[in-house]
Amino acid sequence: MLRTAAWRSRLVTALCLLTVGLVGCSPEHYPQTTLLPRGDFARIADDLLDTTVKWALLVFVLVEGVLIYAIFRFRGKPGDPEPHQTHGNTTVEIVWTVIPALILAAIAVPTVRAIFQTNATPAKDALTVEVVGHQWWWEFRYPEYNLTTANELHIPVGRTVSLRMGSADVLHSFWVPQFAAKRDVFANRETRLWFKAEVEGEYPAQCGEFCGIQHARMAYRIKAQKPEEFRAWVAHMQTLGPKASAQSPSAPSKPAATRASAQGVKTASAGGTVQHPGGAQGQAQGTQYATGNQLFMTKGCVGCHSLQAVNAPKGMVGPNLANVGARSYIAAGTLKNTDENLARWIRNPQAIKKGVLMPNLGVSETEAQAPVAFLRAHQ
Amino acid sequence: MATRVLDQHQVQTAAGYGEKTGLWSWITTVDHKRIGVLYGATAFLFFLLGGIEALLIRIQLGSPDNTFLSPERYNELFTMHGTTMIFLAIMPLSAMFFNYMIPLQIGARDVAFPRLNAFSYWVFLLGGLFLNISWLFNAAPDQGWFGYANLTSRQYSPGMNVDFWMLGLQILGIASLAAAVNFFVTIINLRAPGMKLMRMPMFVWMSFITQVLLLLAFPVITVALILLMFDRFFGTHFFVPSGGGDPILWQHLFWIFGHPEVYILILPAFGIISEVLPVFSRKPLFGYAAMVFSGVFIAFLGFGVWSHHMFATGMGPIADTFFALTTMLIAIPTGVKIFNWIGTMWGGSLQFRTPMLFAIGFIAMFIIGGLSGVMHSEPPADLQQTDTYFIVAHFHYVMFGGSIFGITAGAYYWWPKMFGRLLNEGLGKLHFWLMLIGFNVTFFPMHVVGLHGMPRRTYTYPAGLGFETLNRIETVGAFILGLSFLVFLINVVQTWRKPRNAPADPWNGATLEWSIPSPPQEWNFAQIPVVHGRDALWEVKREQGRTALPEPARVSGAGIHMPNPSYWPLVSAIGVTAVFASLMALGHDKAGAWLVVASVALLFFGIYRWAFEPAG
Repeated sequence: MLRTAAWRSRLVTALCLLTVGLVGCSPEHYPQTTLLPRGDFARIADDLLDTTVKWALLVFVLVEGVLIYAIFRFRGKPGDPEPHQTHGNTTVEIVWTVIPALILAAIAVPTVRAIFQTNATPAKDALTVEVVGHQWWWEFRYPEYNLTTANELHIPVGRTVSLRMGSADVLHSFWVPQFAAKRDVFANRETRLWFKAEVEGEYPAQCGEFCGIQHARMAYRIKAQKPEEFRAWVAHMQTLGPKASAQSPSAPSKPAATRASAQGVKTASAGGTVQHPGGAQGQAQGTQYATGNQLFMTKGCVGCHSLQAVNAPKGMVGPNLANVGARSYIAAGTLKNTDENLARWIRNPQAIKKGVLMPNLGVSETEAQAPVAFLRAHQ
Repeated sequence: MATRVLDQHQVQTAAGYGEKTGLWSWITTVDHKRIGVLYGATAFLFFLLGGIEALLIRIQLGSPDNTFLSPERYNELFTMHGTTMIFLAIMPLSAMFFNYMIPLQIGARDVAFPRLNAFSYWVFLLGGLFLNISWLFNAAPDQGWFGYANLTSRQYSPGMNVDFWMLGLQILGIASLAAAVNFFVTIINLRAPGMKLMRMPMFVWMSFITQVLLLLAFPVITVALILLMFDRFFGTHFFVPSGGGDPILWQHLFWIFGHPEVYILILPAFGIISEVLPVFSRKPLFGYAAMVFSGVFIAFLGFGVWSHHMFATGMGPIADTFFALTTMLIAIPTGVKIFNWIGTMWGGSLQFRTPMLFAIGFIAMFIIGGLSGVMHSEPPADLQQTDTYFIVAHFHYVMFGGSIFGITAGAYYWWPKMFGRLLNEGLGKLHFWLMLIGFNVTFFPMHVVGLHGMPRRTYTYPAGLGFETLNRIETVGAFILGLSFLVFLINVVQTWRKPRNAPADPWNGATLEWSIPSPPQEWNFAQIPVVHGRDALWEVKREQGRTALPEPARVSGAGIHMPNPSYWPLVSAIGVTAVFASLMALGHDKAGAWLVVASVALLFFGIYRWAFEPAG
């Protein structure tokens, strides 16, 4: 009796653990989940899945239930006589052909509706973003604002975003699990995807189609912002170009750094001449910045990376760095964007992301501090 | 009674009747049973290799940001795991049963073309070795088993990795096509008198449909691989966008082959459990005709659903709708099969021997794989699921929960027939429970982690996305799964050491293979049987009013005309492999042309001698 009780309490504990485990499976713990739609497209997909899962669970419970019932009910014992030799039953067989057909019809109707909804032309006022997949990073271009950025897609909440997508090399798949779904990108055709974000926040996402050695390290962030925040971001980005007005940075505070970046960009686009930013307090900072700028030119960084968000050249091999200092991650979601990580990356990208197209440039440990300061200033 | 043990006298007599021994007898064999054993043994070794590759993958994914495997090694392992399990394990394990059981079940003395059968095996063996030799060159295929263009182009995959894959698959394709022709003709032409099509055992029916699928699907991948070879070696641009080619063309060609391939992998298992369930329910298969026609229907529809692998390419609403609906349609005949299997058990007297456990496990697991399949027949939902672990979960429930459970049921069921020894029941049941638990612990969490956004084919994942716990559980499950096959190996070794003790008919079988000694003599049937109905052996037993027939005597085969052994199939197979190996040389250096000429000469020499050799 005591043994039974102990066994039962253990069973209850196990069930509790199982339940906790299942609660642990709730979508909030998974920032990349598809089950917590925060956009219209993703909701269509999720609703459709919900409908199907309900039917599937019903079928699962019924069929597995009947199977388990049969296992116990028809368990043979030694010496049993030969069971009745049935060969089939036309009525029963017709019934269990028709019932699945009806269930499928019940899910086919919402499926076809959802297919046409998700293939509809996006709203007229949609914000067009051009998406280009590269081995192994993402380029985002905003033709409406003449802006280019990389690996962090800024979008306004409440306005449909219409993606026109392509690839610079092999196949990739652009995936926005929280707001939409996946769409493959190709070098020889444009594919499209649209969605309207409903909840602001920063969300992780990553490439869906195997695209070579670093497919696993081709992640990006979706930054869904309130319309006014998005407008501010656009306005700020529009200062990061050759036409931006030069200001001298003073303190290494954020706005100052931003101005420094504006100047740095101007310098870079002006043909590589180095200008020392003025200001007494920013002198040390400025020296680092200038050295970094010089290294950026001489080590060949400039051959693959553009520093201007406005009028950025197309066809660059490496990600646009106009606002790299402000990004959450570097190297397409590989490392958190700290000064230390940035230095590690500049010195030895091949050790961190083997096969990445950025070669080891022979930057020494002491040298690395300057480009870090230079890039950090590009907010 | 059913598991009578032969007495020692009979065992010795059996050995006395001229069974050939020695390595040379295996190399030159054209006996379908020996070729079946060779297929089985080779495929099982490849299965273990693929399993080890899977365990390495699971170790790597057991924790986030793991560096146990380098990215390129991981990409090689997932590519080779898939390629190995599909082409070198499941397909040839099915071929083991085709070889061994089709002639026995239809009452024939061998297949229609015994030397072609030997050729198929040797080509398969050499193709498998060719693929795996790539490890020694540190150039194992690394582009995925689906080899999507244009990652496979010379520009993005300059190494020999893709070459090994595309040429290896060509070699294996020749083996599959030759075998398919052989079994197709065998089933059509060599059935015993009275074995009408609608009296054939269900395993023979499903095998027959599989051969048709092979004959129609493999030419497509052959063409695709030739185009790829031209792209890589000779500078064409079929799949290269910068040269005006189209990577989507590859996807269409690949999946027109690739989806029927799924049915090539599962239909034999459908056949196996359609044999096992009636015998251990002591009741005929429920709805025989519906089982045949649902199999035919599945195969037919299997050619009309390929683009459901490509919803994410953005084909537009009309194509999406078409392929969604055809895919959903496949659920109907599949459902019919599942219901008929349960109908077979219903009202029976179920005997829970090891083969039956695996057959029931098959039904239970395949239901789950089928239901998740319906979930990604819906394009908008599939756009979230495709290329995530949800898909990995789905196809392992179909390929492992389906094919491997079915093949394992067949292994335990037919082991006594093939080797004259019954596998240990206790270890068999332990194998079953470990496999069932290990399988579900490994693959069920993949549904969850996939829907929560974990992509496939990634060598690692960062901490913080919530994937850690479930991945650790999956890794533990994978090792339980590995342990289950260790138990199977122990069972095999233990059984091997015992004398042949299996009677001809240990399970009260329904089909002709159980009417002859275990293992059968070279000529199978001293006298070709005459068939009077479905479940031919049950018919005989019923007519004679008994539950078991007397043990058939081993007889001298004097006067029975059997084909001569030959090594020309092996020479020809070496020629085929040499042709593709030399194409690799040619692809990297023009001087390789001489090797191609030499290899083609060897191939023609082998075929010439084969053609003019007296067949016996």
